[in-house]
Amino acid sequence: MSEALKELGAHIELKRPDCVLSWDVSFGELNVDVAPSNLVEFVEFLKTDRNCKFTSLVDITGVDYPERTKRFDVVYHFLSMYQNHRIRLRVSIREEDMVPSIESVHPSANWFEREVFDMFGILFSGHPDLRRILTDYGFRGYPLRKDFPTTGYTEVRYDEAQKRVVYEPVTLVQEYRQFDFMSPWEGANYILPGDEKQESK
Amino acid sequence: MMDGGKGFDDVLTGEQKIRNFNINFGPQHPAAHGVLRLVLELDGEIVERCDPHIGLLHRGTEKLMESRTYLQNLPYFDRLDYVAPMNQEHAWCLAIEKLTGVEVPRRASLIRVLYSEIGRVLNHLLNVTTQAMDVGALTPPLWGFEEREKLMVFYERACGARLHAAYFRPGGVHQDLPDALIDDIESWSHEFPKVLDDIDGLLSENRIFKQRNCDIGVVTEDDIQKYGFSGVMVRGSGLAWDLRRAQPYECYDEFEFQIPVGKNGDCYDRYLVRMEEMRQSVSIIRQAIAKLRETPGDILARGKITPPSRSDMKTSMEALIHHFKLYTEGFHVPAGEVYAAVEAPKGEFGVYLVADGSNKPYRAKLRAPGFLHLQAMDHVARGHQLADVAAIIGTMDVVFGEIDR
Repeated sequence: MSEALKELGAHIELKRPDCVLSWDVSFGELNVDVAPSNLVEFVEFLKTDRNCKFTSLVDITGVDYPERTKRFDVVYHFLSMYQNHRIRLRVSIREEDMVPSIESVHPSANWFEREVFDMFGILFSGHPDLRRILTDYGFRGYPLRKDFPTTGYTEVRYDEAQKRVVYEPVTLVQEYRQFDFMSPWEGANYILPGDEKQESK
Repeated sequence: MMDGGKGFDDVLTGEQKIRNFNINFGPQHPAAHGVLRLVLELDGEIVERCDPHIGLLHRGTEKLMESRTYLQNLPYFDRLDYVAPMNQEHAWCLAIEKLTGVEVPRRASLIRVLYSEIGRVLNHLLNVTTQAMDVGALTPPLWGFEEREKLMVFYERACGARLHAAYFRPGGVHQDLPDALIDDIESWSHEFPKVLDDIDGLLSENRIFKQRNCDIGVVTEDDIQKYGFSGVMVRGSGLAWDLRRAQPYECYDEFEFQIPVGKNGDCYDRYLVRMEEMRQSVSIIRQAIAKLRETPGDILARGKITPPSRSDMKTSMEALIHHFKLYTEGFHVPAGEVYAAVEAPKGEFGVYLVADGSNKPYRAKLRAPGFLHLQAMDHVARGHQLADVAAIIGTMDVVFGEIDR
């Protein structure tokens, strides 16, 4: 299985050296790092090339790495029902970068790109209808970014006086419970409560 | 002359000029299968444009998963496609097992196959019968839910919960099945085809049912590729694509089953495919039971990611510590990224998991089949009548737990 994938990876790199930055096979899956600039032609190539035939788009998603300069990874999964193999493309971009939309090649990318825009705030150039999709009408912020709090910023309730649903800033009745179960002798890189007195001695 | 020779254009006043009519379908429409809101643009009865508004059931599952341990995340999968909960858990377990390289014991693997197929029957029973209700038949859901109830009881007897099972665990399944339960599932598998035949006799040749479903929502091979369909939406159009066969996971490669395919790719063919898949599932269930009886043994790959056995905990201090750490800190998964997919009843359900070596997933993306199917609604429903929209939604098998996540 992974031999065939290695062959395929070499084949893709040979045909499109300008697009492929690097590729590897790990956990029996083919990963290809791609430059964002000619993504659309590359996806088109993957779709039409006889050895690839990646005709169905499985998934588009983003991953946020706030500590990197190229903050986001946009990850594409493709499947070929004809050749029975899969591929993963990774595009690294900076926060202000735009990614070319592949909606013209795979119409199914439409909602996926809307979702990535909704969740990460990544803009797709050439997308016909880049609206929010999963979050509330009029929602602000990008929930799946690592700097977005899990509790969010607003909460809703029905107001009996105004006879409508009102939005209010989140008030937590108790602090958000985020326990740290890491073993102190393995993972902890903070000072345990009480240990700070040790230093002052 | 008033014989209409000049046409009737001159008799139209400004108010009578025909313009398209926009309506809201849902979110409280009973045929919207939950909380779907469709904005439909109608020309008379004909759908000109269809814009699904989703997200009314968005719970932020993917965000929540980033702050919970791998094991705590498992129950979220029951709440995605709540019609067949265990099939989703399966994808999560497979992703973790792929990263950690854990081998599932054979008995657990068989139990997983058994319950995945029960899940498939659960799902198809609900879908076929409620779709029939959408097009006007009231009896099928009553008959179908009776059988679903029995299957729910099998869920309950295995894991204690009818819906939110949390039964498949990384490394195996939570508890072994008692023999009495296996016997009962077997006797059910002998009675069930009779019920299926009853539903079949009620619907398959029913004139109204056929009128409402034949040639409605035709999906071609080209559409399948363009819109990324999977599951029954593919098989209804004649492509024998099934992940259980094409990319076998678990121990599906040792089971004998047929992949039913449709011919025309319309709603009626998809109904027929679902009916036949249920029969195939029953056959897989019987095979799994026969194999289970020959395969005693443990149901968890004992190690870092699974709890120690109860008896070990009574005697071994190490086991007790391990148990405590497993259920508080959770297990650590080596860094890497994987995509694991299963053939869920609705299509390809996948999990893209990015692990950073800690006890929580760095990012988990849930790939729901219904998301893509509903996306193509505009394409499939365009040019159909308003009444067909309900039939198409029904046959696309959308469940908002998984679409909105």
